[in-house]
Amino acid sequence: MKRAISMSVNGVSYQHEVEPRLLLVHYLRDVLGLTGTHIGCETSLCGACTIFVDGQAIKSCTMLAVQADGAEITTIEGLMKNGELHPMQEGFWERHGLQCGYCTPGMIMAATQIIDRNANPSREEIRHGLEGNLCRCTGYQHIVEAVEWAAKKSAM
Amino acid sequence: MANYVGERVKRTEDPRLIKGLAHYVDDIRLPDTLHVAFVRSQYAHARIISIDISEALNAPCVVAVYTGKDVAKIGPVPCASALPGLKVPDYRVLAQDKVYFVGHPIAAVVARDAYAARDALDLVVVDYDDLPAVVDVEAAAKGGPVIYEDFGDNIAYKLTAGEGDIDAALAASDHVLKQRIVHQRLAPIAMEGRGVLARYFPGEEELTVWSSTQIPHLLRTQLALMIGIPENKLRVITPEVGGGFGSKLNVYAEEAMLGWISMQLAKPVKWIEGRRENIQGTIHGRGQVGYVETGCQNDGTITGLRYDVFADLGAYLQLLTPAIPTLTGLMLSGSYKIPAIQINVTGCFTNKMSTDAYRGAGRPEATYVVERAMDLVAAELGMDPAEVRRKNFPAADEFPFHTATGLDYDSGNYQGALDKAQAIIGYAALREEQKKARADGRLLGIGISTYVEICALGPSQAMPAGGWESATVRIEPTGKVTILTGASPHGQGQETSFAQIAADELGVDLNDVTVIHGDTGIVQYGIGTFGSRATAVGGTAVFIAIQKLKEKAHKIAAHILKTEAAHIAFAGGRFARAAAAATTEASVPVVPVGESPAGAIPEPETEGKSSLTIQEVALAAHIARELPPDTEPGLSATYFFEPKNFTFPFGTHIVVVEIDKETGDIKFLRYVAVDDCGKVINPMLVDGQLHGGIVQSLGQALFEEVVYDDQGQLVTGSLMDYALPRAMHIPWLELDRTETPSPVNPLGVKGVGEAGTIGATPAIVGAIVDALSPFGVKHLDMPVKPEAIWRILNA
Repeated sequence: MKRAISMSVNGVSYQHEVEPRLLLVHYLRDVLGLTGTHIGCETSLCGACTIFVDGQAIKSCTMLAVQADGAEITTIEGLMKNGELHPMQEGFWERHGLQCGYCTPGMIMAATQIIDRNANPSREEIRHGLEGNLCRCTGYQHIVEAVEWAAKKSAM
Repeated sequence: MANYVGERVKRTEDPRLIKGLAHYVDDIRLPDTLHVAFVRSQYAHARIISIDISEALNAPCVVAVYTGKDVAKIGPVPCASALPGLKVPDYRVLAQDKVYFVGHPIAAVVARDAYAARDALDLVVVDYDDLPAVVDVEAAAKGGPVIYEDFGDNIAYKLTAGEGDIDAALAASDHVLKQRIVHQRLAPIAMEGRGVLARYFPGEEELTVWSSTQIPHLLRTQLALMIGIPENKLRVITPEVGGGFGSKLNVYAEEAMLGWISMQLAKPVKWIEGRRENIQGTIHGRGQVGYVETGCQNDGTITGLRYDVFADLGAYLQLLTPAIPTLTGLMLSGSYKIPAIQINVTGCFTNKMSTDAYRGAGRPEATYVVERAMDLVAAELGMDPAEVRRKNFPAADEFPFHTATGLDYDSGNYQGALDKAQAIIGYAALREEQKKARADGRLLGIGISTYVEICALGPSQAMPAGGWESATVRIEPTGKVTILTGASPHGQGQETSFAQIAADELGVDLNDVTVIHGDTGIVQYGIGTFGSRATAVGGTAVFIAIQKLKEKAHKIAAHILKTEAAHIAFAGGRFARAAAAATTEASVPVVPVGESPAGAIPEPETEGKSSLTIQEVALAAHIARELPPDTEPGLSATYFFEPKNFTFPFGTHIVVVEIDKETGDIKFLRYVAVDDCGKVINPMLVDGQLHGGIVQSLGQALFEEVVYDDQGQLVTGSLMDYALPRAMHIPWLELDRTETPSPVNPLGVKGVGEAGTIGATPAIVGAIVDALSPFGVKHLDMPVKPEAIWRILNA
C-alpha cells in the first residue's frame, strides 16, 4: 500500500515509503521531524502550514506527501542562510510581528513570497498578500510593518 | 548601564519562534507515544442507549478504548466560582448516561498512530435517543424542556448587585431609555488549539503533563485532585503556548483523561485538538442577552443604570463560567459617575459548549452596554456623544473613585485621554466634514468609546483561587540572573519585559537575564497569566523579590568591603563606598558560559577593592567564605505579591467609517486610540497588545459569531464558517497614550492585555450606527453585517 517518494527539503534529499493519504505537513513534522511548520485549521484557511513547494507558497495541510514526490521544498527551518536570518525573519523580530509565534512560520513564508513577487509592495498589497494567513495575536499591523522592513532590507 | 524600562526592547523570545525551532506541545516527541482521539456527541441533547466499542478495539493499532463507565474514579471537571445558590451539574470527563452538547466527549480511543486513532473513532457505535435541545438563553430562563431534571429548571443562579436606589433614580429621571443588547457567542480561536502530552513513570510513580494552558500550577492542583495522584508527584509543563485569550484559563476533561490514560498504560499519550474540536469543545466567550435602562436628565447627566441580563452558560460550568457575568456587573459604571446601578443576572443552562473567560471576560459586555447607553442618551438629547461622556466623567482629582458597583478605581484622567484622541483625529473638523458628507448623500459615521476596565486580577479576596503572583530571582555563581515567575505568559512578551525590569534594577545586561515560567517542577507555585495581570501582579513580584535580593547583597558587599552597610551605595550594578561611588574601577565581566577558566568556578577577587558588582557579590555569596555572620549562602529571593486593589486602565477610541450605499459595505477611514495602561515597560509590546485586542474587538463587531441552530447543532464549526478578521479587513490603527501611574503597585503599571478588546467594540458599532442615523437607526446587533445594513438602506 505504501508508496515510495523522494523529495528535497531545505536542500537535503529524502526517500521514504509513506501511506498515500499522509498529508505533506505530517510528513514534514512526523517523518522528517521538522516541527516548525504548524497546523492551525486543517482546511487551508489559516496558513500556519505554509511552505514553498518548487518555489510556490502552498498550504501543506491540504496537500498529500505523495503529491510532492520529486519536489523541492523549503520550510521555515530552511529560510536561514549561512547562519544568518532571512530578512523577513529579521523584519518580524525588529517590528514585533509576532506574539505567540504559532502562525509565524507560515506567515513568514507567505510574506517572503510577497516580496519575492513584488520587491516594493504597498501596505494594501501586503495586506492582500497575507489574505490566506490568520493571526489572532498581532492584529496584523506589526506584521505589515515587518514585511515593509524586510522589503527595504532586501532592496539594499 | 542602559535603562531598559520604557524602551522599545526587541523580544528575547523571538529568535526560536522565527526560526521554527520553538516547541509547542505537538512538537515534543517522546518514544512510544500513543495517540488519543475522542468520540464526541453529534447531538445537543440525547440519552445514550448504548456504546459498542468492540469493532474499534479490534482495529489495527488500537490499544484501548475508554467510555464513561471506565472513568468513574476521575473527579469531576471543576468549577471554581462559588456563587450563592449556584447549581453545579456533575461534569464527568466522559459522558455518562446523557450527552448535553454537540462535541461532548463520549469515548477515548488510544492507538499507536494518530491516523489509526482517528479511523477508529468511526468504529465506535453510539446509539442515541434524541431529546429536545435548549438553545435560546431567554427561552431557557422561561421554561420549556429542562436540561437537568434534578434542578427543576434551567436557571443556574440569579444574582442582583449594585448600590443606590435604582427605582427611585429612574423614576426621577427626565428620560429613561431602554435597549435590548446582544453579546453574541464568540470562539476564542487561539491559533494553536489545545493539546496534551502525558507521561507516567511507573517506577517513580510520577506523572508529567505537558499542556497548552495559561495556568500550570492551578491545573496541577486540580488534575491531582481529579486523577487522585499526590500533587507533588505531578508536574505540569507548559511549553510554548500558541495563544490563549482565556480559552486555556481552564481545566478541561481531556487534560485529566490524558493523565489518567498514561497511568493506565504506562506509556506517553498525546492528544492534539483539531480545529473542529476546538470550536465544539473549547470554551466560548460572551453569550449574553440583556436589557439596559438608562436614566438621564435633560442636560445629559446620567442618573441611573439597570441591566437585566440572561447569561448563556452552556451545558456545564467550566472553571469560571458563572463568574464572568459578575465581572460585567462590576464594570457597569464605566468611566462615569452614575449614582445608582443595578445588575440582575440570570445564568442559564443551554445545550451548548460552556461560556467562560474570553479576552475581556465580562468587561467587554459591560463596556458595550454602558457605551451604547451613552450614545442612546446623546441621540435622545441631540447632544454630541463626546459631550455626554465628558459631562459624566469623574474629574482627575476625584480618584480613588468609588462606583455604585462597589469598586474603587485606582487612578485616572478620562478627560485627558478623550481630549488627546479628539485632538489627534481633529474631532470638530470631522463633525463638520460629516455634515457636508451627509449633505452630499454620503454615509459617514463617527463612533466613540471612553472605556475603563478592571485589570491586574486581583486581590485574593476577590478571586476564586488566589490573586497574588510569585517570583524568585537569583544570581548564579557566574553572574547570570535567573527569574522564575509564577505567571505563565504565552505571547505577551514577559520573558523580555521582566528581564527589562531585572536588568535595570540589578544594573546588569539584559542578555544576562533569563526568565523561566510554565514548569511546576522548576517554578514556585503561581497563579498564571490572565485578566491582564502578569506584569501588574507578576512583574511586581519580580520587582520586590529583586529588592529583597539587593538587601542581602548589600550586607554581603559591606562585609567584604569592610565597611558599614550605610556607607556603601548601589548604583549601576555596583556596590561602592559612598566616597568611591564614582570610581572608574574596571568591572569584572560576567564569565561567558563555557569559557570559565579550565571549567572551574572562578575565585572571587575581592581583596582590596573599593567596590563590587552585584555579580561579584553573587559569586562571593556562593563561595561563602566571606559572608557576614548568620548569613545564608547563595543569592536568591522569593516574593509572593498580594495586590491591595485591582487596577483600572482606560482610554478613548474614535472610529470613522463610511458605508457604501449600494452594498452596505463598511469602510474604515480612521481609527484613533489613546490608551492609558499606567507606566509602560515596553511600548512596542503595549502597542502589540492593543493592536491584537482592537482587532479581536473588530471581529466581534463585524464578523464573529458562534451559531447553533434550533436543534443545538453547531453551524459555525470550522474556520470556513466562523469568520475571523484578516489582514485586509483592518484599518491602520493610530495609537497614542496618556500615562497615569497606578498607585496599587510600585511599578505603577496597570495591564493592557485586554484593553483593546474592551474599548473598541462600542466605538466601531457606534460609528456604524452614527453613519446610519439619518435612517433613524439607533442601535444594531453584532456582528453588524453589510447585509443587515443593506436591508436598512433598502427598507
